[in-house]
Amino acid sequence: MAFELVKRPMPSRLFAALSPLIAFTLTLLAGALLFQLQGVDPISGLYTYFIEPLTETWSLHELAIKAAPLILIAVGLALCYLSNNWNIGAEGQFILGGIVGSALPVLFPAFANSATLPTMLALGALGGACFALIPAYLKNRFNTNEILTSLMLVYVAQLLLDWLVRGPWRDPAGFGFPQTRAFGDFALLPAINDAAGRAHWGVAFAVIAALALWWLLRSTRTGFEIRVVGASPRAGAFAGFSEKRLTLFVFAVSGGLAGLAGIIEVSGTIGQLQPAISPGYGFTAIIVAFLGRLNPLGIVAAGTVLALTYLGGEAAQMSLGLSDKAVRVFQGLLLFFVLATDTLIHYQLRRSGDKHGA
Amino acid sequence: MEPELIVNVLLTIATASTPLLIAAMGELVVERSGVLNLGVEGMMVVGAVCGFGGAALSGNPWLGVLAGVCGGVLASLLFGVLTLSIATNQVATGLSLTLLGLGVSGLLGESFVGQAGTKLSAVDLGPLSDLPIIGRLLFGQDPLFYISLLLVAVVSWVLFRTRAGLILRAVGDSHDSAHALGISVVKIRYAAVAFGGACAGLAGAHLSLVYTTQWVENMTAGRGWIALALVVFASWRPWRVLAGAYLFGGVTIGQLHAQAFGVAVPSQLLSALPYLATIVVLVLISRNRRLTLLNTPACLGQPFVPHR
Repeated sequence: MAFELVKRPMPSRLFAALSPLIAFTLTLLAGALLFQLQGVDPISGLYTYFIEPLTETWSLHELAIKAAPLILIAVGLALCYLSNNWNIGAEGQFILGGIVGSALPVLFPAFANSATLPTMLALGALGGACFALIPAYLKNRFNTNEILTSLMLVYVAQLLLDWLVRGPWRDPAGFGFPQTRAFGDFALLPAINDAAGRAHWGVAFAVIAALALWWLLRSTRTGFEIRVVGASPRAGAFAGFSEKRLTLFVFAVSGGLAGLAGIIEVSGTIGQLQPAISPGYGFTAIIVAFLGRLNPLGIVAAGTVLALTYLGGEAAQMSLGLSDKAVRVFQGLLLFFVLATDTLIHYQLRRSGDKHGA
Repeated sequence: MEPELIVNVLLTIATASTPLLIAAMGELVVERSGVLNLGVEGMMVVGAVCGFGGAALSGNPWLGVLAGVCGGVLASLLFGVLTLSIATNQVATGLSLTLLGLGVSGLLGESFVGQAGTKLSAVDLGPLSDLPIIGRLLFGQDPLFYISLLLVAVVSWVLFRTRAGLILRAVGDSHDSAHALGISVVKIRYAAVAFGGACAGLAGAHLSLVYTTQWVENMTAGRGWIALALVVFASWRPWRVLAGAYLFGGVTIGQLHAQAFGVAVPSQLLSALPYLATIVVLVLISRNRRLTLLNTPACLGQPFVPHR
């Protein structure tokens, strides 16, 4: 091999800041290559994907609508990943939040007053949190691998939603379409500025959640425990931190935020339940969390970038005839490059045989 | 029940279990070498699309199988370069391999959607395959079924009866000691990861060439993850993987038959059974913490950077 890794004495601050940018640049280059292969001019392809959606007010609103759930989910996941809890079932927690929150307008449409929406949001967060506590409890009590259990529950949630909207919750006046009744006005999350575009108050929730978790990680004892346990479980144990309590906490928070994102998506963007309520937000949020360096403020930026890929994908499909499947490739590549460049934070690359510092 | 019906049920169980078995066998070898590759689902779905495409373009299902294996190996080497050569976090890299695999396969397979596929035809040993009842079970299944059983025997033998297997397990249990003995940890792990990729690709090709002869986006539907769970369930022992794979194949087919017989349970809830069964089984097998620790390869998931 032509090079070897040498551990840095201290993590490099320079590369901690640069690596997401390098990764994004590499993704752009790979994207250009992908466009070229599909017979599209790379420059106009990249322009359509990453610049055009930023040039109009309405599309900026769409960008915010797509970034909000990604940020809400990813800041919660960051807590999990920082403390070595691998919750990868956010997609399921998102769906369950959507289901539980929608129970109110679907089952009790007559309950329509100013308390409807807050109750729905609370129920959604609660539903997501409870669903996330299943893998957390199993991990604590039975030592079960949380990666596998949280992921299996995604399929369970998807099937549950499918059953509800085709079965008991189907709109009786809906001509047999697999969807619930359309929500009444009191059950819909309003737009922030109706005249300018569709962006709803969920966007504000996302920003508040990011700020709150940033503060939690930075300035509270719980945040300190999360970072210590993540860096060294043994050190955490010696300090008397309860790893199990922390596991329950981070799963509950991330599940709650994912559930909140789910009900926000249903009540703010879709307006009813249907067989699919998420274009893979729960999985894309994993990429967002890593691209944002597991830092809530970084995640706000990363969530916006990933939202841009969704939007750019739609635009490129319409105006260039590019496949919308390319979006998932972009997102996957981005995570690959982020992880690869992250190595430079902790290691230096040296030519093999160079004995300096060895 | 009539014997004919029982034979048919058993055959479908074997077909449903084979991809799980092959993928889990590959992952078992990878994990025995100390590497946790969570990208099985991604490698499998790449194998499925390459398998379908290879067979459709060449007209020969065996070339499809080969293409599936190659696709799986390529995907696994991507994972290998990141985790082994530049020491990235294995959990995160495996996840990204799954996400990338799902994306790439969707893009590659776009033109295959709705296209009729090529089937890898079952083995036909003439009179032997025509024997009543046992004929089709023993001598008339698809070729990958026999390969999967052979795989279990070979992996088990190599792991526990050969020097190569000893080295592989040493690397997985203590990479520092293995390195001190002059074993190239990284090379062994590359080989194991590539083998895992080949198996996952083969399992994917089975899905698109035998199980259903078509390409559907995300057609692996979590089977790669179930294969990962099977390795834990089997406490990293090949023959237990065989038992586990058939248990899950049985649950999958059982719920399908229950749906067909019109059991008064919604089909979606029956479809959730294999996933719920995975959780239950994981709980049962993991609850004994000491036993789990004893069986788990000691270096599983830990990056290794050689130092001089």
